[in-house]
Amino acid sequence: MSKPESVIIDLSPHFEVGAKQALQNTQLRRNMGKATQTIRAKRAAVVDEMQEWESLRVAGQHIKDDVMRNLDTYLIQLEAAVLRAGGHVHWARDAREANQIVTQLIQQAGAQEIIKVKSLTTDEIRLNEALHDAGITAIETDLAELIIQLANEKSSHILVPAIHKNRAEIRALFQKAMNLPDLTDEPVALAAAARQYLREKFMSVRVATSGANFAIAETGSVCVVESEGNGRMCLTMPDVLISIMGIEKILPRWDDLSVFMQLLPRSSTGERMNPYTTIWTGVHEGDGPREFHLVLLDNGRSDVLADTVGRQTLHCIRCSACINICPVYERTGGHAYGSVYPGPIGAILTPQLVGTAHASSLPYASSLCGACYDVCPVRINIPEVLVHLRGKVVAEKQATITGTLAPENIGMKTIAHIFRHPTLYEVAQKSGRLAQYFFVHDGYIEQGPGPLASWTKMRDFPAMANQSFREWWRERKHNDTHKS
Amino acid sequence: MTHTSREAMLARIRAAITKGNSATVVDGNSRTYDIPTDLDVTTRVAQFAHRVEEYKAWVGQCRGADIAAVIYARLQLRNAHTMVVPHDVPESWLMGEVTYVRDTGLSRHEIAACAGVITGAAVGIAQTGTIVLDGGATQGRRMLTLLPDYHVCVVRASTIVTSVPHAFSLLGQNAPTPRPAYTFISGPSATSDIELNRVEGVHGPRTLDVCIVTDW
Repeated sequence: MSKPESVIIDLSPHFEVGAKQALQNTQLRRNMGKATQTIRAKRAAVVDEMQEWESLRVAGQHIKDDVMRNLDTYLIQLEAAVLRAGGHVHWARDAREANQIVTQLIQQAGAQEIIKVKSLTTDEIRLNEALHDAGITAIETDLAELIIQLANEKSSHILVPAIHKNRAEIRALFQKAMNLPDLTDEPVALAAAARQYLREKFMSVRVATSGANFAIAETGSVCVVESEGNGRMCLTMPDVLISIMGIEKILPRWDDLSVFMQLLPRSSTGERMNPYTTIWTGVHEGDGPREFHLVLLDNGRSDVLADTVGRQTLHCIRCSACINICPVYERTGGHAYGSVYPGPIGAILTPQLVGTAHASSLPYASSLCGACYDVCPVRINIPEVLVHLRGKVVAEKQATITGTLAPENIGMKTIAHIFRHPTLYEVAQKSGRLAQYFFVHDGYIEQGPGPLASWTKMRDFPAMANQSFREWWRERKHNDTHKS
Repeated sequence: MTHTSREAMLARIRAAITKGNSATVVDGNSRTYDIPTDLDVTTRVAQFAHRVEEYKAWVGQCRGADIAAVIYARLQLRNAHTMVVPHDVPESWLMGEVTYVRDTGLSRHEIAACAGVITGAAVGIAQTGTIVLDGGATQGRRMLTLLPDYHVCVVRASTIVTSVPHAFSLLGQNAPTPRPAYTFISGPSATSDIELNRVEGVHGPRTLDVCIVTDW
């Protein structure tokens, strides 16, 4: 399999470029600041009331670790259980194959439009676009997804894709699209408008697609966690249900789900429990769809699995706690990342799914402050993976001729050489101290020369001390000898 | 196509597992975590009631003999004249000037036309204020509690458990052959999609009344 040619990213995203544009949008910064502050406070309150939180995080990590070590076994087990319960299982190596499978299933059902439960996986494989090309209309039913679809924009958050929009902007959008000139910007009124708009679709459309938050290998049960009831509608009303899940979403046992149903709602929307969760197993006469298809998607995941450090990225349950806590995301918003997966988790997931060469700026979209690791409900060490990926980006650059000859590479190589040789190191220190003379103000270099300029453009560089530690040490020894 | 994809995927996954396995083995079977101490029944019921109320649902407690009267009072208050009920809801829950429609294979439009639905529940979770429906006795099929805008749910105090893990171990007694579907309901339908504040009322029932039966 080649690298997934889908998908996730808009060409090669350059975070610096996107971030710079985003930072100039004051409305965006206001919306983002407000939203992230709100959700952080809510999360903190409901996590603090759980004395067992840390032990749950460790359990979550261990279960996911087990999943990764035995993924083939659990997938085969899941397949057998789904078949036993009357469902069908499909295997898709990449986005193209997954889209083909889904398109064919919809065509076999004779449908021209489908209703969709919000699913990052289907965003990742660009299912809507593929269906559109096949003449099938996909209707997003999640409120935020609907907002994005009507605005013809892209998601900026994995959980709340329209987090960058405030109520006034949403109202303007609905007034136009739903022909409701008198609509107010009260959230209750906006939600009611969406209810009315989609009800007829829920009652009549015969095919639905969903993602999956979890699937249980031993029982073949699939779980969708949601708030609005659009998920329940899509999982209950149509004749045919097609669920697309990344292979890493599997849990070995029924009891494992209990751990994640404690971790996920508190970490994601900051609630003790989300309004609705559906756990279904196959098909059942007289209740729910007559036909159920589960599509198992790789699309680069097995590459991530093969990386000792990067593998933990697959533990992610898409809660978005790392995104909400991130000081970088709070200021730039999600679009700057140019990926379906923004924020800290996106900065490590995207480059691994599409190859670091295609998303080389994302591992740098972080200050490595580590807040994301602290809030992660399955203890993904995001800073560790970021540094690991930065190493990969550098190694890839060094492997090319232009990379080898780049001033940065030559500079770093030279510095490494100097740091390995004490005499050279001291000479460099001395000359550095002389050279900095004209640039130092109050102990800092505010406008550095040459390559230092790009550093000092954003922050000050501490000046070198007048005496190095080695010099001080020698002097002290010298004085001691003279005293005695 | 799918069959070869299956073999190709499994082969890739197996190769990746071997390559990516780190030297430090976390004990994959250590899933132990702290489970909250079981609360006594009174505290459990009180906490359940309190947390359901926090989702802006109405909660009342009554004795088994008074179920019908309590439900009827709620229906009058909500101005609900036509209620759909699962086929096996006992007559003793229903009274007064209300049309009760039993679900003996109603169409989706007939269900949607009702003002509300009355059902029982399988489990209540005190820690989170969650009601679990499993399609068992008095709960009906999933569509019933989804299409009408109003849900009256009767929860027996004896089915309220302390925490989420308690609920899963109770529900998991059926594993590896679980019931066809479980629906976890925590308050009325809501969204956090507008400025990340929870707002009641999108596609599911926008009004939820919970009636806890204390002696059953």
